Amino acid sequence: MTDTLGSHLGVAELSRWIHDFARLISENKDYLTALDSAIGDADHGINMDRGMTAVVAGLDGVQPSSPGDLFKHVGMTLVSSVGGASGPLFGTFFLRVAAGCGDKAVIEPAVFAAALRSGLDGVVARGKAEAGDKTMYDALEPAVSKLEGSVQSGRSLAEGLREACAAAESGRDATIPLLARKGRASYLGERSVGHQDPGATTVALLFESAVKTLG
Amino acid sequence: MKKLINDPANVVKEALLGIEAAHPDLRIDHANKIIFRGDAPRRGKVGLISGGGSGHEPLHGGFVGLGMLDAACAGEVFTSPVPAQMLEATKRVDGGAGVLHIVKNYTGDVMNFEMAAEMAAAETGVSVVSVVTDDDVAVQDSLYTAGRRGVGVTVLLEKIAGAAAEAGASLADVASIAKKVNANGRSMGLALTSCTVPAAGKPTFELSEQEMEVGIGIHGEPGRQRLPLEPASQIAARLVEPILNDLPYQRGDAVIAFVNGMGGTPLLELYLMYHEVDRILKGHGVTVARSLVGSYITSLEMAGCSVTLLRVDDETLRLWDAPVKTPALRWGA
Repeated sequence: MTDTLGSHLGVAELSRWIHDFARLISENKDYLTALDSAIGDADHGINMDRGMTAVVAGLDGVQPSSPGDLFKHVGMTLVSSVGGASGPLFGTFFLRVAAGCGDKAVIEPAVFAAALRSGLDGVVARGKAEAGDKTMYDALEPAVSKLEGSVQSGRSLAEGLREACAAAESGRDATIPLLARKGRASYLGERSVGHQDPGATTVALLFESAVKTLG
Repeated sequence: MKKLINDPANVVKEALLGIEAAHPDLRIDHANKIIFRGDAPRRGKVGLISGGGSGHEPLHGGFVGLGMLDAACAGEVFTSPVPAQMLEATKRVDGGAGVLHIVKNYTGDVMNFEMAAEMAAAETGVSVVSVVTDDDVAVQDSLYTAGRRGVGVTVLLEKIAGAAAEAGASLADVASIAKKVNANGRSMGLALTSCTVPAAGKPTFELSEQEMEVGIGIHGEPGRQRLPLEPASQIAARLVEPILNDLPYQRGDAVIAFVNGMGGTPLLELYLMYHEVDRILKGHGVTVARSLVGSYITSLEMAGCSVTLLRVDDETLRLWDAPVKTPALRWGA
């Protein structure tokens, strides 16, 4: 019983995740922007940092009532402060995760994995990306699938998140040789080959943070 | 970087203050960065809103007024505005007949407008129809890219659909006229120099004194090819021929011919280019019914131009000729 409770996620743990992710984005702001200047419009780090700074500022002194409430705040803030393509994509991701959490006060690992799957579905519905298009999907899909599989086969949440993070990182690295088929990078055609996708990089940071704070 | 600015972070905000001061017949919502027609909402008239990243002026704010847009949402430079802006604009221009969203085909713009339309459907009773412009023939492989970009046709569409709305057409009719304009319009652009986003402080791309980028996008996106600089007569052919080949033209077809400056090219050169374009069109037996020459959809201080041809029928021409009164286009009113 204690063991099961120990892997349940409440507002406190999930808030730590969001704060840590915001810190990682801020630390990697220039790196993400440099990746984006090679194949996009050189603002991914700046825009994500502006969004996550707003998310953290909005949480200051406010205790969300549930994990769903927390993720809804994250999603709404990203949608209204990031702009470009990242705002709707990462915003939709967190809004769908929020819907997947419902109004439960704590969520068990299987519900968490299913909520992340809803988030992924939201990203696909919004961005129409498919595997291999050189987008955030290429890191997010393997990470979510890995976490689901791990949780279903009874491994701990910590173990599942470590596997998910490794999958996100390989997915991120695998975007380097790809030809971009979505977003502004797609106008480069062959010239997009050889560059790592900034959105997939941000997804890997999200899972790196999850390992640290939720595992 | 030499620019007439105070602080790179405040460029859009401070430009809106200037628009407000210069055009008392417009209303500015500074918090939401929206430019409204002074008398919006007009009871019973379809509302037209557009918006996009800043840096393309006069698009879109300079086209707010009688016979064109009811509101324009300004994003940061070259960054799409956010859904909350379009939602607010939609609510405030609806006069009961619904609202048309005019969206240029860029990944960010399309998604942010899409979210705004979903929010409008969930939170308000306002009917919203979206029309996406995608007229840039420089993007050849639209199956494996984000698709053709929305460029010059957006200006012509905002004028023509705006006239239809002013004349009392329904939302469905205004949308179908807008779609007809997009379907019959094609554009191609060219850069002689790069541009500098104020917040970035350095040129978006490098182009030497001897080079030109053919097929440039309005944010400095790469075009079809980078070539040694040529005389205007040859450049005109590089811009007009791909357009004529893309939409099968027949002898006797009538067009609105639009030669647009990218921001850093003088009108003297644009008229010189217009002559070259006109000469090529005559050679193909294409009749120029109306013309537009000037900088209307720009890319900050980029030097260069784009050519847009819109094939027209009598209805489109009548709407083009209808009165318009905006900061950047104004006739008959």
